[in-house]
Amino acid sequence: MIKTDILIIGAGPTGLFAVFEAGLLKLKCHIIDALPQPGGQLAELYPKKPIFDIPGFPEVLAGDLVDNLMEQIKQFQPGFTLNERAETIDKLDDGTFIVTTDKGTEHHANAVAIAGGLGSFEPRKPEIDGIASFEEKGVEYFVKNPERFRNKRIVIAGGGDSALDWSIFLTNVASEVTLIHRRNEFRGALDSVEKVQELKNLGKLSLITPAEVTALHGTDHLEAISIDHNGENRILETDYLIPLFGLSPKLGPIANWGLEIEKNAIKVNNALDYQTNIPGIYAIGDVNTYPGKLKLILCGFHEATLMCQSVYQRMNPGKKYVLKYTTVSGVDGFDGTRKEAEKAVVKAID
Amino acid sequence: MAQDVKITIIDREGHRHEVDAPTDMNMNVMELVRAYELAPEGTIGICGGMAMCASCQCYVLNDVVLPEKTDDEEAMLSEAFHVKPNSRLGCQLAITEELDGLEIELAPES
Repeated sequence: MIKTDILIIGAGPTGLFAVFEAGLLKLKCHIIDALPQPGGQLAELYPKKPIFDIPGFPEVLAGDLVDNLMEQIKQFQPGFTLNERAETIDKLDDGTFIVTTDKGTEHHANAVAIAGGLGSFEPRKPEIDGIASFEEKGVEYFVKNPERFRNKRIVIAGGGDSALDWSIFLTNVASEVTLIHRRNEFRGALDSVEKVQELKNLGKLSLITPAEVTALHGTDHLEAISIDHNGENRILETDYLIPLFGLSPKLGPIANWGLEIEKNAIKVNNALDYQTNIPGIYAIGDVNTYPGKLKLILCGFHEATLMCQSVYQRMNPGKKYVLKYTTVSGVDGFDGTRKEAEKAVVKAID
Repeated sequence: MAQDVKITIIDREGHRHEVDAPTDMNMNVMELVRAYELAPEGTIGICGGMAMCASCQCYVLNDVVLPEKTDDEEAMLSEAFHVKPNSRLGCQLAITEELDGLEIELAPES
């Protein structure tokens, strides 16, 4: 069981910054995220896009902002449970919580801060008749374990970076790789597109465009797919179909935690501390709603800061504390490091 | 002050709304739908308007002249679901005076 003071759900910018503000109050944080890397939307959707409204940064790439936040919180040694989705929450008699992920990892925390943005990212599933019955039986929406495809025939459908990247990677694993896309053009990093072209020329990968998967065939496991190739119907034998049509965020299991939900967001008390209707559970950043709410990173930072102060009081009732400035007090990391302003040098002038 | 234009939006429940759309606030059709709350938050404009998610896909119902599709929009529509020949991404349709009278229908959520 992982133990922490504040369990943060969502490793986007708001969740990451909360670790820093908590650290200043000597509170430990652990973060759960459904994606394999921290950064949330910034890392998953638009790492190379510039952001212009982070105070003090006239322009910063989303990916760089994530890197900077990770650097900023390093001193406070946050724990991470990545690639797992927070599934259930149990409130214990002493007011603390146990949050369990879809893979069964348990986290015990004094307070829970949901910083889940638009929700956890889940694969967009194409509408092909009966596709649900082939899930785990030949249809895979993620390449979690490439070894599963060793010496198998696979078909990848999609036209973005993940379709290109996995097609390239799996040519060294699978016995046959076929990439299907609805049109001839691919949008992905130029070198990936060129690499796929090269593999196609070498005969290591088949490319079928413009084409769409129209039907799935098989009894206990996928055996073949029907495709519409430029208006012509074809059958393609395969062991696996991997549709990679991007990810779409879903609030998911959090919606069933007994929290007040409005407009697909969690209602919080914004006059005080961004606490939800369940004491000890907070919601910060894009995932929450209150009158006048703006879904901005900078608002998430503010909300994270107030949330941490509230958790401090919850954990230390009656204990006196006043806000301190990092310029004055410096930053003492949990790793033993200390950052502080240089001491003034006093010297007489002759 | 710049003139508003009229845009008709058929929401995902099939209800028809004729709304006033400002031409001077650098807004697009996806943002217009959100401003009038014609689709639940979290189901439209998920990527914020970067042509990266297709949650604002709509069908253009009349022959108002629209800006050409950019490569980004073409690419996204080629990966989206429920795409028809008249599909566009609302986030790529800037509200200008030329859009006066435009009629669109929101594509299903996917």
